Order: sequence, then C-alpha cells, then structure tokens
Amino acid sequence: MSSRPDRGGTPLLDSLHVALELEIPSDVRYIERVVEVVTHQVSRLAYHPRQVTLNLPVALTEALSNAILRGNADVTQRCVRIHCDVNRERVILEVVDEGSGFDLLACMQDPTSPENIVREDGRGLFLMARLMDRVESFTNHGNVVRMTLHRHD
Amino acid sequence: MSFAMQKNGEVVVVDVAGQLIVGNRQELKQKVLDELEKGERKFLIDFSQTGYIDSSGLGVLVSLSKKIREQGGELRLSNLNDDLKTLFELTKLDTLFQITDTRERALQSF
Repeated sequence: MSSRPDRGGTPLLDSLHVALELEIPSDVRYIERVVEVVTHQVSRLAYHPRQVTLNLPVALTEALSNAILRGNADVTQRCVRIHCDVNRERVILEVVDEGSGFDLLACMQDPTSPENIVREDGRGLFLMARLMDRVESFTNHGNVVRMTLHRHD
Repeated sequence: MSFAMQKNGEVVVVDVAGQLIVGNRQELKQKVLDELEKGERKFLIDFSQTGYIDSSGLGVLVSLSKKIREQGGELRLSNLNDDLKTLFELTKLDTLFQITDTRERALQSF
C-alpha cells in the first residue's frame, strides 16, 4: 500500500480498496484489538485523524459491545463476525451476532434529556448514530448492524 | 490500559492510561469505590494519557460521581483531549462534571 502518485498523477490511494473479515468469541476483551486492526487499515487510507481516533473506535466499540453482551447474551461460545470494507470514499463496518436482532429506532433514546442524563446506561446507540453517517440494523444469517462513515480530509 | 492512583494532599488522583471501555470500566469503578470506602472524598480523574472512552466508560463516570456525591465528596475531571471533549459535549456530560484543562488547576480548585 502506498500514497506515491502514479504516472498520470492520480494518487494510488484513490483506487485502493481494503476488505477485512474478523471473527471473535463473545468476550469484551477482544474489542480493543479488533478496533486496533480496523483503525490501522483506515488510517492508511488518509482519513481525518479524528475519524480514526474518535468516530470509528467509539462506534465500533459500541457495536461490538452490543453484539457480545446483548445479541449473544455474553455467551462466549457464540461468535461475533466483523466485516470491514474501506476505500478512499467511505468505510462500511458490519458487526454480526447470533441474536434475534433489535429495532434500532425503538431502542434509541435521548441520553441528554434531563431524566436520562444521570443514567449510567443508554448512550451506546446514540453515540453510534452521532459518530457515524449511517447506522442500519437488519437480519441476514444473524443480526447485522451496518455503519457507514464517509472520509473527510 | 491501566489505572494508576496517587494521593495529592487530600485528593485521590487517578490516571487513566489507554482506553476506558466496556472491558475495563469495572476495574476503575472498583478502585475508586475502594478508596471511597476507606474514607477518601475528593477524587480527580486525569485523562492526559487516555485514548477513547465508550458509553460504558462514560456511564461509570456518571455512576461514580453520584456515589461520591452521596457520601459528601466530589469527583472532578482534567486533561480531556479534543476527542474526549467532543464525547462529553455530544452527551452533554460536560454539564454534569466539573472539567478542568490541567491537573494543577483541578487540584487547586478543590
């Protein structure tokens, strides 16, 4: 992988496309390592530093945490699969668990409201929605959460 | 990731090195609660060595703040980088905590 311009002057990065497939047991101790692997690849495609240090790590941590603790009910033997598809325009992350799925909109609450701000929980989906450009949830051989983030310079 | 604790006058200072996320938040919570149990009342959590915080980490800070206040104590935060400030602003937790730019200023403010 290189950022060296080709003969036509087009940065080689523009045509790069990276796809990653990861699978982990349902154990929150794996989360940090998965985030490291994904953000390392994204940073090589010259995304904005804040997208690499804030948006992606926090949103991916939330999705993995939900998949492990809620979707897979913290049962270690159940797997979580992560698909990462990144090019110079956008990152698409899919986190797949073995649960029955959930209604994203129905589960979303406003943790900044006066009655919720002192609660310990309830900020995960909110942060995913705020930090990513798009968050979707659907079922396809497992419960899938798909998050999309467009690259900023 | 690690949580180093030291006493500075009457204030217990906790340095969060690395991430504060779902996999380690309980460790931070227990360490601070142990000190609260021993009678400590003034706590400063310093984030100068922190990467990112997830919703579980934010939740633990909210929970600790509540428990410390119930015992007549206070929890303050210092040295949030721009990413962490954004997280606190998005969740409006910047309105719930007393946040100071530097550790020194935070220690003086108790």
